[in-house]
Amino acid sequence: MSVIYWEEEMETLPRVGLESIQLRRLQHLVARVYKTVKPYRRKMDEAGVKPEDIQSLEDLRKLPFTAKEDLRNNYPFGLFTVPMEEVVRVHASSGTTGKPTVVGYTSKDIDTWAGIMARALCCAGATKEDMVQNAYGYGLFTGGLGAHYGIEKLGATVIPVSGGNSKRQINIMKDFRSTVLLSTPSYALNLADAMDSMDIAPTSLSLRVGIFGAEPWSENMREEVEKKLNLKAVDIYGLSEVMGPGVAQECLLADRGMHIFEDHFLPEIIDPDSGEVLPPGEQGELVFTTLTKEAFPIIRYRTKDISRLIYDQCECGRTLVRMEKVTGRTDDMLIIRGVNVFPSQVEHVLMGIEGVEPHYQIVVEREGNLDTMSVQVEVSEGLFSDEIRVLENLTKKIQADVKSLLGVTCKVKLVEPKTIQRSEGKAQRVIDNRKIW
Amino acid sequence: MRVEQIAVFLENKSGRLAEITAILADNDINIRALSVADTADFGILRLIVNDVEKAKNILQDGGFTVGKTDVLAVEVVDKTGGLATVLKCLHSAGINVEYMYAFVNKSGENAVLIFRFEKMDEAIEVLSKNGFTLLSGEQICAL
Repeated sequence: MSVIYWEEEMETLPRVGLESIQLRRLQHLVARVYKTVKPYRRKMDEAGVKPEDIQSLEDLRKLPFTAKEDLRNNYPFGLFTVPMEEVVRVHASSGTTGKPTVVGYTSKDIDTWAGIMARALCCAGATKEDMVQNAYGYGLFTGGLGAHYGIEKLGATVIPVSGGNSKRQINIMKDFRSTVLLSTPSYALNLADAMDSMDIAPTSLSLRVGIFGAEPWSENMREEVEKKLNLKAVDIYGLSEVMGPGVAQECLLADRGMHIFEDHFLPEIIDPDSGEVLPPGEQGELVFTTLTKEAFPIIRYRTKDISRLIYDQCECGRTLVRMEKVTGRTDDMLIIRGVNVFPSQVEHVLMGIEGVEPHYQIVVEREGNLDTMSVQVEVSEGLFSDEIRVLENLTKKIQADVKSLLGVTCKVKLVEPKTIQRSEGKAQRVIDNRKIW
Repeated sequence: MRVEQIAVFLENKSGRLAEITAILADNDINIRALSVADTADFGILRLIVNDVEKAKNILQDGGFTVGKTDVLAVEVVDKTGGLATVLKCLHSAGINVEYMYAFVNKSGENAVLIFRFEKMDEAIEVLSKNGFTLLSGEQICAL
């Protein structure tokens, strides 16, 4: 198989050359952010670091980290570096409480992102000949639109079907002869089941590559999805705070790991407790600094994703470092059907409903191939009623509020007092029975 | 002429009803009337007992969520159409029933209908005006 690159020079640059580009971009970024964004300037001043202190890539570690809380504290646009008239699009993802995390893009950012996404698609073996079915959700979530612009940039045909409605997805797949599928891995398996019930053999379709991401998935799941959909499944990584889909992409040749597009995103692996940068190859928390973004650059963003960087030369010829499949989180964030869910958000909903004491537990299961979330709430005297209707309305309200805030449908189960286990220290708010890591 | 009823939240799991009735029996609480309303996930047990406060306290101590509500107890002659007459009268007065249950007393002559209405005061007025007998808590316990 011949390897296709989108930007061969940048993707195969010797490390010395790459690092000099990274440093130049980093210096430029830090100077700009220091000048234009007050919260960044304040944090750098507190840490006693000036833009001119960045003389090497090593100096990156002098800079303070940025966390999700910084985005919340500056909600919605406080960390943007350009006036709003230059921002042509915003996206948002779940915040840890009621407010989402908002990011913005200039027209040039959208173009840069499309180019990076086109690179990712090439890396996964897609070409302009392909018919690409984009089943990532379109909307505030970066997945749908982020991938969409990349597919167009590549010159392939995009089918902007968005998520859901499996039967329609499969009919489109069959009639349009889709060759590449983009979705969450669990949704891909769901499509396989739907195909089965519609009596459509995957071999009768034209799918050849699946680019799956936005949620963690195991090697077992890869085997299953490859077998059931008769395609080659590759992993894609991204997060809205850094850009969206396309931060890193697995190639068809690597036995493990996704190439990080390092000329745009500078990765570090740190010890999540001490914040110290770990030696190459060690496992720790992934941290990203964007090098080319205009509207919403980010410095040393703590992703809370656990991974490892692999510096070995890849067979595909790309010199870009690879990140191992994410193997865990340093916080309690859950990913349910591609949507980030923090237990604190669920708590926020419950606290907003009169009478509900925050004795709750979130139970996540994988039923068939879809993740389900149920929220168990203890019935206190404040919310109890002798009428079924009142209690049913309560569960419906919790369900609707969770759906509206998080975008995830959950089941709500009312339980008797003291049925949810209390532990000595922190209450166990989440039981995740999926075994996905 | 309201009657106090206690309601207990029940998860649909085996043995809960047995547990509650055992707690009541151990504490000499006599159940005069009872109904269970259930959904797929939970149930509500409604009870008329001889000692409301005591029953409520011991069940709360036992870890149950307990509520207290007022209901009306209507005594009718235990014969065909007894309930229908009451409901017809309420319907024509525009009073909706939230829920109801019934039992027949020892003598077998009369039936007692337990009602919960959204508009309790109006219901009392309509039923009294139409000559129906409303029982008090003491009267039910004395049956």
